[in-house]
Amino acid sequence: MATDSQLAMWEVFMQSKPGANYIHAGSVHASDKEMALQNARDTYTRRGEGTSIWVVPSNAIVASNPDDNEMFFDPANDKVYRIPTFYVMPEGAKAI
Amino acid sequence: MTQEQALYKYCLRMGDDALIHAYRLSEWCSNAPILEEDLALTNFALDMIGRAQAILDYAGKIDGKGKTSDDLAYRRKERDFYNHLIMELPNGDFAYTMARILFVSIFEYYFFSELSHSADTTLAAIAAKTVKEVKYHMAHATDWALRLGDGTDESNTRMQQAVDDLWAYTGELFETDDATAVLEDRNIAVDMGMIRAKWKTDVTRILTEAKLKIPADGYNQTGSGNGVHTEYLGHILSEMQYLQRAYPEAIW
Amino acid sequence: MEVLEKKNEIQDNLLKNFEAKIDRGDAIEPRDKMPDAYRKHLIRQMSQHAHSEVIGMQPEGNWITRAPSLRARQILLAKIQDEGGHGLYLYSAAETLGISRREMIEQLHSGKAKYSNIFNYPALTWADIGAIGWLVDGAAIVNQVSLQRTSYGPYSRAMVRICKEESFHQRQGYEIMAKMMKGTKDQQEMARDAMNRWWWPSLMMFGPHDSESPHTGDAVKWKIKRSSNDELRQKFIDKTVQQAEVIGLTIPDKDLKWNEAKKCYDHGPINWEEFYRVISGNGPCNKQRMAHHVKVHNDGAWVREAAEAYRQKKEKKIFH
Repeated sequence: MATDSQLAMWEVFMQSKPGANYIHAGSVHASDKEMALQNARDTYTRRGEGTSIWVVPSNAIVASNPDDNEMFFDPANDKVYRIPTFYVMPEGAKAI
Repeated sequence: MTQEQALYKYCLRMGDDALIHAYRLSEWCSNAPILEEDLALTNFALDMIGRAQAILDYAGKIDGKGKTSDDLAYRRKERDFYNHLIMELPNGDFAYTMARILFVSIFEYYFFSELSHSADTTLAAIAAKTVKEVKYHMAHATDWALRLGDGTDESNTRMQQAVDDLWAYTGELFETDDATAVLEDRNIAVDMGMIRAKWKTDVTRILTEAKLKIPADGYNQTGSGNGVHTEYLGHILSEMQYLQRAYPEAIW
Repeated sequence: MEVLEKKNEIQDNLLKNFEAKIDRGDAIEPRDKMPDAYRKHLIRQMSQHAHSEVIGMQPEGNWITRAPSLRARQILLAKIQDEGGHGLYLYSAAETLGISRREMIEQLHSGKAKYSNIFNYPALTWADIGAIGWLVDGAAIVNQVSLQRTSYGPYSRAMVRICKEESFHQRQGYEIMAKMMKGTKDQQEMARDAMNRWWWPSLMMFGPHDSESPHTGDAVKWKIKRSSNDELRQKFIDKTVQQAEVIGLTIPDKDLKWNEAKKCYDHGPINWEEFYRVISGNGPCNKQRMAHHVKVHNDGAWVREAAEAYRQKKEKKIFH
């Protein structure tokens, strides 16, 4: 083999307790998905941090381009009608 | 042999297995083929030290002379250790270490699964916890056996060599003696005959899938049940027990 | 001519935007535009940090098999495992800058990349394990706490996780020292000896005095470094003096004394000659540490090859 390999990179997402969101924990190297999952377990759950793990090959992650940030994210800034406090409720109405 | 004597010996055998295998695995720390595997092997060693501690503490209690797990680990002599020979063999290469974890973890998986139903509730509780740990060791070692067996020519050769070399040390895992006979009668110890067949089935399946040959059964190395070990154990103890022996009055 | 001017203008704007972002306190993320010098500085610093974690496993690893109790062995193993994990987090964070772990290891082996000088000192007795945890990790954590606010997002996130995990490291080292100082004469002697050997190298961990430090300028402006070498060193000394007193250890510096005006301790001169001698390869363990790392790397090559070969075989099976 011409060059040494440190195996492919994977991104690790962990759920801290049942029902919680999966949050990016970090990365590991591994040659296959079984190894990636085990390496993620041995690296990121040593202190009981997780109840569930996802691993994804790093090269399968598609990231937005910071140059597109204005067109991607700024148009959402003025849509205040999506926020409940935008609405005026009649005095005395309950549980709404 | 009284039940207490039998149970004491039975616990030492289990506790020493965990203690000595952990010692060998901890030697991999900062020596593994990739950083991630370094962490994995350390996790296994930590599982085993925890198990050794629990079982040896219990052994000390049964013995009734006020000995702790540390006393038993650090102040016993070579001929009083009862771990199976396979645990004390030097690590060799990564294939050798993985083959040992594979053989031992499959054995321990069935052994502790059975022991979790033991009439001795302390042992049953330790066993229930241990089953979870060794199940993971088994999964990890199985995957590596497949990768190494079915990887490159070199890795296949190394893995086959490891399997062949270790084979003669696997039979001892299933031996019984006076102590196990006493305990089996009281539903405390595990029926070894039953788990041996399961072990063989699993090992055969995994090695075959890994494109490895199953060695022919021949003479099995034995002796640890009587405290007769390989030359390697003495070196482990002289290193492990060094501080406790050199400074007998000190508390660490 | 016009094209060149245009190009320079774009460059200037990029730098302006970047520095404005830094000034606002925004984190820089992997896909953001960044000056080449920023990227290079980060790669150098982060890979050195990662290598330090990994090489740092060796001196402590030297005592795993001789740890004097089951508890001590568990703690030491868990701690060294953490160092490995932290190396891994930092390699991964550095990889977001476009350098691979393989390249970083090559740079370590060729001598292009460095690791912390402190690990070129030997761990001779069990008390050294205490001193390493208490002093070396104690010094490291001062630096790492400050780096949690570093401007590069992945580095900062790695540091947050590392600081959380490392909080037990210093305590376990201090506990060892405290126990030994309460123990037999032999143990006390061992603890004092370790203190004497590790104190000054620990102070050197923070690097040359600010007046001598070549990398400080941009690193501070771009918020890679959040505190200067001397500030961090002072913080470490100030908190350690009291800890030493509590367990009855004397810090081996006859010039060490409280400065009421500055509200901090003054310390004696650091032997920078020793520092540069060790950094240039003539420390007690430089060759040993590197030889160990190279050997492990080479011994493991067939395993990594096998894993890759196995994956390729499996992928072929899926596609046919």
